[in-house]
Amino acid sequence: MERIPILRMGDFLLVTIQVDMHDELAMTLQDDLSDRISKTSARGVLIDISALDMVDSFIGRMIGTISGLSRIMDAQTVVVGMQPAVAITLVELGLTLPGVITALNVERGMSLLRERVQSE
Amino acid sequence: MTALSQQTIDATRKNESQLLASWQANLDASGASRDSRINHAEFETQTRDFLRLLLAGTNNGDSANIAASEWSDVRAFLDGLSRSRALQGFDSHTTANFIFSLKRPLFELVHTQYASNPTELGSQLWAVTELLDALGMYTVRAFQKSREEVIARQQEELLELSTPVVKLWDGVLALPMIGTLDSQRTQVVMESLLQRIVETGAEIAIIDITGVPTVDTLVAQHLLKTVTAIRLMGADAIISGVRPQIAQTIVHLGLDLQGIVTKANLADALALALKRAGLTVTKAT
Amino acid sequence: MNVLRSGTQAVRIEQDVVLARQTARKLAVEAGLRLVDQTKLVTAASELARNTVVYGRGGDMDWEILEEERRKGLRLTFRDQGPGIADMKLAMTDGWTSGGGLGLGLTGAKRLVDDFSVESAPGQGTRVMICKWT
Repeated sequence: MERIPILRMGDFLLVTIQVDMHDELAMTLQDDLSDRISKTSARGVLIDISALDMVDSFIGRMIGTISGLSRIMDAQTVVVGMQPAVAITLVELGLTLPGVITALNVERGMSLLRERVQSE
Repeated sequence: MTALSQQTIDATRKNESQLLASWQANLDASGASRDSRINHAEFETQTRDFLRLLLAGTNNGDSANIAASEWSDVRAFLDGLSRSRALQGFDSHTTANFIFSLKRPLFELVHTQYASNPTELGSQLWAVTELLDALGMYTVRAFQKSREEVIARQQEELLELSTPVVKLWDGVLALPMIGTLDSQRTQVVMESLLQRIVETGAEIAIIDITGVPTVDTLVAQHLLKTVTAIRLMGADAIISGVRPQIAQTIVHLGLDLQGIVTKANLADALALALKRAGLTVTKAT
Repeated sequence: MNVLRSGTQAVRIEQDVVLARQTARKLAVEAGLRLVDQTKLVTAASELARNTVVYGRGGDMDWEILEEERRKGLRLTFRDQGPGIADMKLAMTDGWTSGGGLGLGLTGAKRLVDDFSVESAPGQGTRVMICKWT
């Protein structure tokens, strides 16, 4: 079955979404991630969505859920690389992802995660 | 619709120069031909050309239907006339008066032609009125269209001029907004700011609204949406230059600015941006 | 208003939602929509296609590239023979959902496009039309 790869970098997990996800794939990713967080005791999750040219309410909800789930499991989630057109559309759609931490790119996201984990 | 009779058409042709003279006298009397934006010789050429085309039109075509192909030269002439008048800054009244001031000379001509035949006089006067009214209306419409084209072009130019995203510091962008914001302009401004954030990797964007006279609900909502979109992309936004009247409007409209950083002026916003970037400004000794 | 090109695509299963938005993107580019407008239309199409699969038990997406005076547009119509919408006012309320979603499908899609219309009655299926202009 098709799966989105989850990479481990030290204390952090890195997910790069590069395919146009159908709903089932998004749900699988959500399950896989919570599994990996618990198995690896990861302290942070970085989701790179710079390759996504569209985020609808389903994917938006998945991002919100992952962020909430990881917080309960003591890991921070940072979403990076959202395209301007996607951001404008999400706001118009009414989905502002409150509580989700964002960064411009992977590099910034990583340093943000390090700061957050260190300050705890 | 009543058509012009052959007798009227022949009389018009025979008296062409006389008609032209009294038409020009009429235009002179109304002051239209003494306008500094157009010289007298040009005016005379235009009246002469139009009368010639009008005669050709009445001769070949039905005077009751100026949409027919026989009138295409007349229509093209009026299109050109309206366009040049619109570009020269004339109003629609003056432009249409070019046609309507021909009414009196034509009426007088018809009067002398049908002095002994009141029935025919009435019907021919009506035919002349209908023809000139139709041509006058056509001129006004053409004028209006030219003006709309001018306005549309100016709007596009304004839109291009009005989106200067400037770099204030490494990682700090500023968007000084000037003038009244409509929703289309705000949208274009918002998109170019977001695009520049991606291109430059700037983490702070300052939206300065010092030059914006008023903010209505729609524009305020656009601003809030921009700030939210910037946050989704992973950068921060500061709104500066919120004047007291605008602050009052925002409160009166019941808009929630919670979570949005506002500063009184651009300098304060830049100071905050530098502080967030971990920079301090000290005086060189 | 002229229809330059038109067609129909099946929206039966979950994978069709992905195909529907890929088609919508391709057509939006062809119609000459700006990037942000393409994204808005594709996102609206994704919401409606999902509604068609989940609530309408599958249906079709009709597409038309339109031309009118100085602008072009893309019109998408999602049709299904499902149970229909009993309370349209409620369905058009932000945050209300009959399924497990966020309740942003219909209302969100409406906000993302220039023209929007929905026709439905209980047992008669649902038909949602969206259009975006250049």
